Amino acid sequence: MSTSTTPVSATPETDAARPTLAEKTTLTLAEKIWRDHLVKKGEDGTPDLLYIDLHLVHEVTSPQAFDGLRLADRPVRRLDLTIATEDHNTPTLAIDKPIADLTSRTQIETLRRNAEEFGVRLHSLGDVEQGIVHVVGPQLGLTMPGITVVCGDSHTSTHGAFGAMAFGIGTSEVEHVLATQTLPLKPFKTMAINVEGTLKPGVTAKDVILAVIAKIGTGGGQGYVLEYRGSAIRQLSMEGRMTICNMSIEAGARAGMVAPDDTTFEYLKGRPHAPSGADWDEAVEYWRTLPTDEGAAFDAEVFLDADELEPFVTWGTNPGQGVSLSQSVPDPEAITDANERAAAERALEYMDLEAGTPMKEIPVDAVFMGSCTNSRIEDLRAFASVIEGRTKAEHVRVMVVPGSARVRLEAEAEGLDKVFLDFGAEWRFAGCSMCLGMNPDQLAPGERCASTSNRNFEGRQGKGGRTHLVSPLVAAATAVRGTLSSPSDLEA
Amino acid sequence: MEKFETVTGVAMPLKRSNVDTDQIIPAVYLKRVTKTGFEDALFAGWRQDPEFVLNQPQFAGAQILVAGPDFGTGSSREHAVWALRDWGFRVVVSARFADIFRGNSGKQGLLAAEVEESEVERLWALMDAQPGLEVTVDLVARTIVAGTETFAFQVDDYTRWRLIEGLDDIGLTLRDEEAITRFEQTRAAWRPKTIPARSL
Repeated sequence: MSTSTTPVSATPETDAARPTLAEKTTLTLAEKIWRDHLVKKGEDGTPDLLYIDLHLVHEVTSPQAFDGLRLADRPVRRLDLTIATEDHNTPTLAIDKPIADLTSRTQIETLRRNAEEFGVRLHSLGDVEQGIVHVVGPQLGLTMPGITVVCGDSHTSTHGAFGAMAFGIGTSEVEHVLATQTLPLKPFKTMAINVEGTLKPGVTAKDVILAVIAKIGTGGGQGYVLEYRGSAIRQLSMEGRMTICNMSIEAGARAGMVAPDDTTFEYLKGRPHAPSGADWDEAVEYWRTLPTDEGAAFDAEVFLDADELEPFVTWGTNPGQGVSLSQSVPDPEAITDANERAAAERALEYMDLEAGTPMKEIPVDAVFMGSCTNSRIEDLRAFASVIEGRTKAEHVRVMVVPGSARVRLEAEAEGLDKVFLDFGAEWRFAGCSMCLGMNPDQLAPGERCASTSNRNFEGRQGKGGRTHLVSPLVAAATAVRGTLSSPSDLEA
Repeated sequence: MEKFETVTGVAMPLKRSNVDTDQIIPAVYLKRVTKTGFEDALFAGWRQDPEFVLNQPQFAGAQILVAGPDFGTGSSREHAVWALRDWGFRVVVSARFADIFRGNSGKQGLLAAEVEESEVERLWALMDAQPGLEVTVDLVARTIVAGTETFAFQVDDYTRWRLIEGLDDIGLTLRDEEAITRFEQTRAAWRPKTIPARSL
């Protein structure tokens, strides 16, 4: 499906051999943002100290960080650059009732106590701004070009869609940012992912990123920040760009980004926290300087032909194990690398699949439409456009989970809820839900799911559950037919 | 943080690639609000199988995990590092580590020691020949000594220094507080601001 690749360097050159940003005359988008956030340049092998513009907090990776602050008697340095919401544990039904799972309830109550004690703005369950942290930030207009964003969640890469440098951090780093608003970091290497051409109808951002991951592998982006470039990327909406940047981590890259352009500015303008008046003009002027300079060198480049891409689907237990939907389950025997072959054999056993089975003949028990990858209004519209006027396959359970309370309201204002309910789908409240099954939304052992989420790891959606990653369009067509399908498989 | 110079202990092979953090610790265990006591959650799914390496008596008390490439991919959960530490592991040896996992390890006194893939295979062969083999990992010399064989491993200088000294990152950064304050004074007005629940 793809054309040429510049090999991803297997042995990274030593840091000492790399020119510093100050020595370079042309810079990439990532390098410009790095340069403009440098509090202190590292010397003699020490990392740079980078300023963080926006820190998003949720209930799962923060309790131990707040505990650390308390023990050291440290305040949150910049409450005005910090915002919290509840998403991973929250129920998607009966949200007005106390959370039934006691440990989930404790974790959420802990966040509420910490937010109160330290003074952090928290959008709790029931608040119109509650939702998946990576949906809430952009929706509020807090995510903008040229900023640094962190969150104790690997899918923070989502925010890179705005031309921001955004990456996931661990709990120790959450504490570090709360205390200092900075992070000590070694510069990332840069990789250009060039996607030129025009996507065929029915082929979406999700298919692009699944194809990218299948091409460079789950470790291909380690140590890099990815910049998605090319005409196919420029044509994408902000929602599509967020879907792509979201899954950068699935290729091993901590961050993925798209240069800001008029699409970005249009999306942002007028949002509650977006700059306004003279600040807006100053911001746009700066943002227009951010795209990678002509002639700037990337450490690695990958090329994909958008015209050749088809709807993509995973067959295995990591997001790199994917094929075009029109293809069959691959044969591990044909894989030369011993580790990859062993992984494929294990994956087929876990997924209960036979090599050679056409992907489109695989029946599913459930369809999950949601997650920080695909739960924005455009995703819900895409899903609704396929199912409208149809009924779901009888045996398939279909769950539609909006990314935020506001997306839910927006969908209802457009009447999408009625389309979902008429189809036989469940229309839920906002949260991470079945993407990782920390709340009651889980697969039963052995159940197979077509999911618009981001990870098909063993047990990710529930112990023993089997996940096929797909786009909202493929999820919708699959919900109609009951086997993995694309909209073109549906009768008119 | 506990200082780290050398560790001598039983090495346990984990002959799988792409060991993601969902496998190291499934999401259901992330609901806890404490930072310790995660040993029961380590590899919780795979542990159901009595044959799984963690259940084998010859690896009881193992401190060094030798795993396939791309260890620690996926979720940023630091709980994966806590679970490995709580079980008793001080070192993970692999040919490739996911970036976030590697960073989290360095913060919690878990050494992510990078070697060539062929050296992982060789270590596995030595461990197969003598299950429960004791291995010495020397962070000062950056070597792994298994029987009569010595392997050099990679770890970046800064992480190595912090591990050896047992230094706390926040304390180190706060030495530069003046530079942080100076940077903040130049921050443009258009940059994002939230509405805090209360002022400091």
